[in-house]
Amino acid sequence: MSHLLDRLNFFQSNKLEKFSDGWGQTTSENRNWEDTYRNRWRHDKIVRSTHGVNCTGSCSWKIYVKSGIVTWETQQTDYPRTRAGMPNHEPRGCARGASYSWYLYSANRVKNPLIRGALMRAWRQMRAKMAPVAAWAAIQNDPALRVSITKTRGKGGFVRATWDEATEIVAAANAYTAKTYGPDRVFGFSPIPAMSMVSYAAGTRYLSLLGGTCMSFYDWYCDLPPASPQTWGEQTDVPESADWYNAGFLMLWGSNVPQTRTPDAHFYTEVRYRGTKSAVVSPDYSEAAKFGDIWLNPQAGTDAALAMAMGHVILREYHLDRQAEYFEDYARKYTDMPMLVRLDEKDGHLVPGRMLRADDFDDKLGETNNPDWKTVAYDEASAQIVAPNGSIGFRWGEEGKWNLEQRAKGTDAQLRLSQIMDGDHDEVVGVDFPYFGGAATGDFVKCDHPEVLTRNIPARRVTLADGSSALVATVFDLFCANYGLDRGLGGEWVSKDFEDDSPYTPAWAEKITGVEREKIIAVAREFAGNAEKTRGKSMVILGAGLNHWYHMDMNYRGIINMLVICGCIGQEGGGWSHYVGQEKLRPQTGWQPLAFALDWNRPPRHMNSTSAWYAHTDQWRYETLRAGEILSPTAPEGDWDVSLIDYNIRAERMGWLPSAPQLKTNPLEVSKAAKKSGKDIPAYVAEQLKSGALQMSCEDPDAPENWPRNLFVWRSNLLGSSGKGHEYFLKHLLGTDHGVMGKDLGEEGGVMPKEAVWHDEAPKGKLDLLVTIDFRMSTTCVYSDIVLPTASWYEKDDMNTSDMHPFIHPLQAAVDPAYESKSDWEIFKAIAAKFSEVAPEVLGVETDIVQLPLLHDTPGELAQAHVKDWKKGECDLIPGKTAPNYVAVERDYPNLYNKFTSVGPLLEKLGNGGKGINWNTDEEVQNLRNLNGTVLNEGVSKGQPKLDTAIDACEMILMLAPETNGNVAVKAWEELEKPTGRHHAHLAEGEHHNKIRFRDIAAQPRKIISSPTWSGIESDKVSYNAGYTNVHELIPWRTLTGRQQLYQDHLWMRAFGEGFVSYRPPVDLKTITKAVNNDAAEGSPHVVLNFITPHQKWGIHSTYTDNLLMLTLNRGGPVVWMSEIDAQKAGLVDNDWVEAYNINGALTARVVVSQRIKQGTLFMYHAQEKIVNTPGSEKTGNRGGIHNSVTRTTLKPTHMIGGYAQLSYGFNYYGTVGSNRDEFVIVRKMKKIDWLDQPATGKVEAAE
Amino acid sequence: MFGNFDINFVIFGIMPYVALTVFLVGSVARYERDPFTWKSSSSQLLRRKQLFWGSILFHVGILTVFFGHLVGLFTPIWVLDALGVPYGLKQWMAVLIGGPAGIAALVGSTMLLHRRLADPRIRVTSTAPDILIMALIWLQLAIGLLTITQTLQHMDGAEMVRFMTWSQSVVTWNINAWVTVVDVHWLYKLHIFLGLIITMLFPFTRLVHIWSGFAAPFRYLLARSGYQLVRSRRRRPLEARRQAFDKRQGKTGRTATTPAE
Repeated sequence: MSHLLDRLNFFQSNKLEKFSDGWGQTTSENRNWEDTYRNRWRHDKIVRSTHGVNCTGSCSWKIYVKSGIVTWETQQTDYPRTRAGMPNHEPRGCARGASYSWYLYSANRVKNPLIRGALMRAWRQMRAKMAPVAAWAAIQNDPALRVSITKTRGKGGFVRATWDEATEIVAAANAYTAKTYGPDRVFGFSPIPAMSMVSYAAGTRYLSLLGGTCMSFYDWYCDLPPASPQTWGEQTDVPESADWYNAGFLMLWGSNVPQTRTPDAHFYTEVRYRGTKSAVVSPDYSEAAKFGDIWLNPQAGTDAALAMAMGHVILREYHLDRQAEYFEDYARKYTDMPMLVRLDEKDGHLVPGRMLRADDFDDKLGETNNPDWKTVAYDEASAQIVAPNGSIGFRWGEEGKWNLEQRAKGTDAQLRLSQIMDGDHDEVVGVDFPYFGGAATGDFVKCDHPEVLTRNIPARRVTLADGSSALVATVFDLFCANYGLDRGLGGEWVSKDFEDDSPYTPAWAEKITGVEREKIIAVAREFAGNAEKTRGKSMVILGAGLNHWYHMDMNYRGIINMLVICGCIGQEGGGWSHYVGQEKLRPQTGWQPLAFALDWNRPPRHMNSTSAWYAHTDQWRYETLRAGEILSPTAPEGDWDVSLIDYNIRAERMGWLPSAPQLKTNPLEVSKAAKKSGKDIPAYVAEQLKSGALQMSCEDPDAPENWPRNLFVWRSNLLGSSGKGHEYFLKHLLGTDHGVMGKDLGEEGGVMPKEAVWHDEAPKGKLDLLVTIDFRMSTTCVYSDIVLPTASWYEKDDMNTSDMHPFIHPLQAAVDPAYESKSDWEIFKAIAAKFSEVAPEVLGVETDIVQLPLLHDTPGELAQAHVKDWKKGECDLIPGKTAPNYVAVERDYPNLYNKFTSVGPLLEKLGNGGKGINWNTDEEVQNLRNLNGTVLNEGVSKGQPKLDTAIDACEMILMLAPETNGNVAVKAWEELEKPTGRHHAHLAEGEHHNKIRFRDIAAQPRKIISSPTWSGIESDKVSYNAGYTNVHELIPWRTLTGRQQLYQDHLWMRAFGEGFVSYRPPVDLKTITKAVNNDAAEGSPHVVLNFITPHQKWGIHSTYTDNLLMLTLNRGGPVVWMSEIDAQKAGLVDNDWVEAYNINGALTARVVVSQRIKQGTLFMYHAQEKIVNTPGSEKTGNRGGIHNSVTRTTLKPTHMIGGYAQLSYGFNYYGTVGSNRDEFVIVRKMKKIDWLDQPATGKVEAAE
Repeated sequence: MFGNFDINFVIFGIMPYVALTVFLVGSVARYERDPFTWKSSSSQLLRRKQLFWGSILFHVGILTVFFGHLVGLFTPIWVLDALGVPYGLKQWMAVLIGGPAGIAALVGSTMLLHRRLADPRIRVTSTAPDILIMALIWLQLAIGLLTITQTLQHMDGAEMVRFMTWSQSVVTWNINAWVTVVDVHWLYKLHIFLGLIITMLFPFTRLVHIWSGFAAPFRYLLARSGYQLVRSRRRRPLEARRQAFDKRQGKTGRTATTPAE
């Protein structure tokens, strides 16, 4: 009753009990105080949810709720078990995730809809006298008023608004934009659907019904490895982390597993206990390095040299001097190595040309269907050239032969790998290979080997259909020559001795990478030796770091080659493990109809973000890299030395890449004109494009008609994190204060683009409206016009999957959304409702024209066997063949909300599918009617299944996807049986009844069902491993040859010297000019360093860097890391404030001086918020900047290729990527730390 | 009475009762309501430097001074007379023992105060009451030492007797106690006033640990004999259950068991 009275017990008989001979005694004092601790951990309920930033971890968490408040979270431990003999998945989770609940009630939470004051004032003034769309038009049509709003972006001044008012502005802006410029001027950016797939789908469903542009993320984040589609025709299909445990030799290459894959790291520890050897490649002494039996630390950016030297050793010892049986067999069956390549003559020399096709031969080798897409090889037994099963020509237009059986034309065929044997070749010829080692600049080692290396190849002379003769060689023979291996054919630039200083020997690599040759040889031998003994159980876990270099494909292909020549792909415990940013959306085919409104209209508008931002933030106007600098000396004749933006324009024009916006004229108007002319839409558009009456927007990104006008950002921190060229975003897209210090090509007098229209005055402030939906005040929110408060991950229902484990599990609303926030699903529903209300002012039922590029996994991937540009008159403009297709899509704008909230009729009309297969799904739609209920209101959606709540949306995904509905899985496998002619349905048979529903995953994470969408299987015998069904079910890879494609024969690939892998040093971006480097001019201490932006320990993945708990664990604000030697050079000591800058801009941070960093590099961990403890920059006068303040994105032409088998566009599959690692910065100590915390100056007021 | 208001009456007549009431009621209330804040809030984990000497000097000094005041002021005068202790001798003892102890406490508290204000880690973790009470104690020590200058002018102990009379009158409910100290030197008055203020602040600061400081030794030294203390949730004493067990088993005397629980 009373603490004090309880202690005043001196008169009570308190006979103390003693024990242990009186050394201990028992007291009977009051123990009620212990309840305090019991209450501390007492809670009302536990709800299963997870974190949806961009974390591959995908850990299920227990969210504790007490008195209606989320109090804390702990890890769930109820994952389904793995098979016997393997460790289980838990513990999964990390400190970042465990700190998430801080956000819910933090000061950083966005609590109400916020609108920038200047906009609110203008809106209310106009809206008082006008209808919504007219009011928005009035603001946009008053240039001074518009600038007064755009100029204040990023400068505070938000005022609270109601949902009604905020959504009305958004709806009015969208309607105005669709009416005035076209719906494709409404952009939406959101990354990584797998993390919270319904939240992603909410926005894209709205955009897709509107006709807006859904922007990709994977390529823009530069986490998309182009090498993956190039080699496999598949984007990032990887082994689950449990499969690490099956590896016999495990390499970590640039990946920092314990730090950035924390929940999975235990498998790495466990497999080490099992005795697996591990080599860690990392320039810095990372947390992962301590796991390694050996640590290799090459200079950052030289990984391809290291990988090629290892490939050199493996080829020498396992393929040439001795032929490991398993490796040779694998190469023959599963790679393009036996295929024949034509040797073309160029200036009296031979260079590798196209792969031979069936139609190069007399009678087309008997092939009538797509003979120009059927690659050929020698059959060992008959010594005849055959077109073996499986190449992409068999995939479309015929059935039963698209498989990897060793057959051709119905008979057995064992393909010949090499023509090295006497009698197998007619002559030995010199073939030219490009060598780029001499192109190194800056700190990178430059070698003095010539830029063309001629090597001897065994070749055969064949007679072609037109009667001419041609020299042909196998990919294998060219591949070995490319690695500089002496095969006893004489000639130069090949070696037998690892000590030779000739490209691709270990001795050569030692010079470039700094890694001792003995170590290279040892690791290569153990890697291959293990793979031979275990039949492919050597694995490489790659980190995105390697992929962020301009020539990332070389780094990746170098490593992929090692895996392929050792037969590791598709084998449990082996393969390529790239766990970066994609986070497998397992029920993808069930999700797509929801996300892109494919149930109502097809196709959606997809855009590759890198090209879009490059154009629309005007980074192209500053481009210093010319195509000529990266062109191969062996390039075929052509007009190659043009600007990178010109390449992108050509690619869009030929239908290779998507466009956004698409046509300069509003597509809603184009369709009206087409109707008037009486022609069908594709023909009309083609005619108008040819005549020049219609123009593609890409040709003139700065024309006001072609600006993106509205941008939604949700689930993303575009401006605080992924926006490469941050300062260019601020300058051109937003039109506010920026830190760009360089001049554009016009001012510099640089070489101008040929095809892009140049405006002397660059636009500033292209966006009319930037809407960000977030639960925290991120850097992006700070720059937005409207900020809408969303539910946090503990306040909404959604779903989550990953490539790291085979489970699907939910996010759930443990509590209702706090303050005035709503879930993303409810927000877009509210915007859709408002839009339907507002739109009739200017829009009715309209016909939109969607421009569609030639897509991978459709017959369009066979469109362009040769590169021909219609605009240059090289061919006619045929939509869908030599140019993008133009598809009419009906937009019923007043009914947008009704469509949003119901499952549309197209699923029953057209079926559902993905990755080239399509199945009937009537039964599933009927099930959804029964499950979700049907719409009873009269109108377009009457009788359709309801999609009211986020859980309804989850059920739609789960019902339609083969991964979560066994019935669909069986149907999907059966569909795949048609082209392959083989039995696959056994992989899902018996799963008919298995239907995973939302309540099931709320109870426990569920393992998904094997599906042909993916190349691995769910089984109790093997772990999930990519390529498994290719190797074990003989389903071809979705490439030109149907096999793993190690030779890229597309014209542009050959022109840029990337037919085969090679070492390419980082490119010179020329961002440290004399003009900007005044420290050099003044002689003040500074140091120039390579700027690297890896993932950190205190943010990223499960939480953000403004989390107080994480800030407390580090230094509480932005930091950069530097070696002791560099610090000394620049006169810096630990914790000094430094400024890093180049012509792109400047950033401020404290410096961490550490022995672990390799000399010559500056680390700035990714995505440290500008809003936390960042002082002003002395250089720019603006607040510090973010890591991307000193970067600018640069495109690579080979990533633009399309309409060519695996090199065809797919959303988040292929396309230009936003590389950022070739950048250098000047680092110096700051003289004055200015926090810029004085009140806003007159500058802003004047603008108002 | 109100026409003839005397501030001395308020401070030395009324305030002592207010102060003692606040002190006692406040301490009990805090102990009851907020038992987890009942602590000394040591900053030893943040920085050990300066704490050792500062804390030892301060605590040894202040405890000596405290008990000096307690014994000196509250020993009834008739006890002194009965023992035949001359007032002058007592006065000398007070100066000779209290003086050095006061200096030690002042040096210690200076170190502690400096440490609290100058060390950034301790500064940010300090609450306003932490700093205030430390500053007040420092001031009180300084004033107390300054009063020695006055005391040295009348070493006969006459002033001391007045304070003894006052203190003892206060605790014996003599409403006219205040009159005895009306015309002492203002330094003494300030010292008493500040003392009463500190007494009033006591329950709301870390000073509450003094209660425990006095209680703990008794508990450790007197009330506890075993080294290992186990808190019991049992309702019946162990011995009783042992006996019951033995009875059931029919064992008596030396054959009795002491079964494990």
